[in-house]
Amino acid sequence: MIEALHQRTLPILTVVAAIIVIWYAGTVFLNAPWERDQAERAGTELSLGQLITNTMAQERPVLPAPHQVAVEIWETTALKKVTSKRSLVYHAWITLSATLLGFAMGVVLGILLAVGIIHSRVMNLSVMPWVIASQTVPILAIAPMIIVVLYNIGVSGLIAKASISAYLSFFPVVVGMVKGLRSPDPMQLDLMRTYNASAWLVFWKLRWPSALPYLFTSLKIAIAIALVGAIIGELPTGAQGGFGARMLNGSYYGQVLIIWSALIGAAICAGLMVGLIGVIQKLVLSRMGLAR
Amino acid sequence: MLKKADVETVIEAAGLELTFQTADGPVHALSDVNLAIGQGDFVSFIGPSGCGKTTFLRVIADLEQPTGGSITVNGMTPEEARLQRTYGYVFQAAGLYSWRTIEKNIRLPLEVMGYTKAEMSGRTASVLDLVGLSDFAKKYPWQLSGGMQQRASIARALAFDAEILLMDEPFGALDEIVRDHLNEQLLALWKRTEKTVCFVTHSIPEAVYLSTRIVVMSPRPGRIIDVIDSPLPVERPLEIRDSQAFLEVASRVRQGLRAGHSYDD
Repeated sequence: MIEALHQRTLPILTVVAAIIVIWYAGTVFLNAPWERDQAERAGTELSLGQLITNTMAQERPVLPAPHQVAVEIWETTALKKVTSKRSLVYHAWITLSATLLGFAMGVVLGILLAVGIIHSRVMNLSVMPWVIASQTVPILAIAPMIIVVLYNIGVSGLIAKASISAYLSFFPVVVGMVKGLRSPDPMQLDLMRTYNASAWLVFWKLRWPSALPYLFTSLKIAIAIALVGAIIGELPTGAQGGFGARMLNGSYYGQVLIIWSALIGAAICAGLMVGLIGVIQKLVLSRMGLAR
Repeated sequence: MLKKADVETVIEAAGLELTFQTADGPVHALSDVNLAIGQGDFVSFIGPSGCGKTTFLRVIADLEQPTGGSITVNGMTPEEARLQRTYGYVFQAAGLYSWRTIEKNIRLPLEVMGYTKAEMSGRTASVLDLVGLSDFAKKYPWQLSGGMQQRASIARALAFDAEILLMDEPFGALDEIVRDHLNEQLLALWKRTEKTVCFVTHSIPEAVYLSTRIVVMSPRPGRIIDVIDSPLPVERPLEIRDSQAFLEVASRVRQGLRAGHSYDD
């Protein structure tokens, strides 16, 4: 048991440690020129040790040190009320609510499109190319237009942001579900035909359960990009809250720490949501006897 | 041997033709197939790959459409017979649904056909008993051996009261020891249920051991070479395969297969 834990956690910790080491090295390297500049202007000499400590404690670093980001995150989560506009939890919830709504919309849309595509030749030929084309347009270019168009028909705020999430997240669901719903082999379909099963029963008893493993894989991708969509949706509106607004504010006022803490916060949220779907996947598939 | 007059004809094909249009030109899967199968017969179809034996079974099951001739199943077209769920089909692979337990797999056709819950439980239990899998009802397919999976798929085909059992090389992927065992069980099952069985196989001993009639087929175009009414008694212990009568039938089948092959190369 403990050994298995070691085998799983040790590689992960090694990678994390390596990233942190590289990050610190980057901090020193990128922030050093400014320190040298300052020292030169003041006409003082900097020892190497002093240079290194200074690069990790700058107020406006080019690249903040990991512990600076950690402190910033700690101060804006644990030490602030969640209702405060300076709390990262408050901003996280604003983005997450749009993410989850958009994810739900995207998943429903994706499943419906996939069902249509596998049952209708016309839809297969007409819809699928557009589904693919929709994802070749850079989302940064199209997001402001979607927001503006929606605003003009009276939709703004949460729904507008969620629609950007939905725009991104329906795609992996369509692709995964088309593949999944088509995964039953001809023999299994023939079997249903010998029972004279209706199209609905073929779907419900055969295609849907066959597609579930594919669906979960798609959902993991979908929820992660739904979060990206919600953040992008916050950028053009000049939103008052959310990770996107936080990043935008940080860059207006040169507060690199705010940007980084929002960035890391978003990554943690994405990781947690993907992990949650992974847990649900395990539960569902083991209930179906598919997890060995 | 003449067919007894009191035996009802269940499947009747006359001048049956089936041509597949492929990129390489037409393929004559079935050519002028004439055959009558009586109630309670155990008919084996044997022949090399491409002789149309599986195609013929699929035509009976309304999974392929003939391009000529006529065929009736229980006096109806194959489509009508399928809509009335006249037959159970056992495929080459067991094809059990991996997300259903053995019991639930057998319930599948019953769910599709709208049986009541009580009826489903009763029928599932009785066919599980029939194929000797009662202890494995709650297991998932991957927990069973290949032979047991195939037995479960036979149980699935027996669960609803189809009069005809169509079996497409059901034991083809199994080793010989398991196959012998299942052959014995299948014969016992056939005797008990008195169903009409159409059985496709590659194996001469299997065909001779199981069948009351053996249909020898040949490829390009797929056609019937010989129809042998088996002289073997109804009671068939495995040892019957060493008897003189058995060897004679096997030899006739082999001759038929060779004749069909002669102008093949």
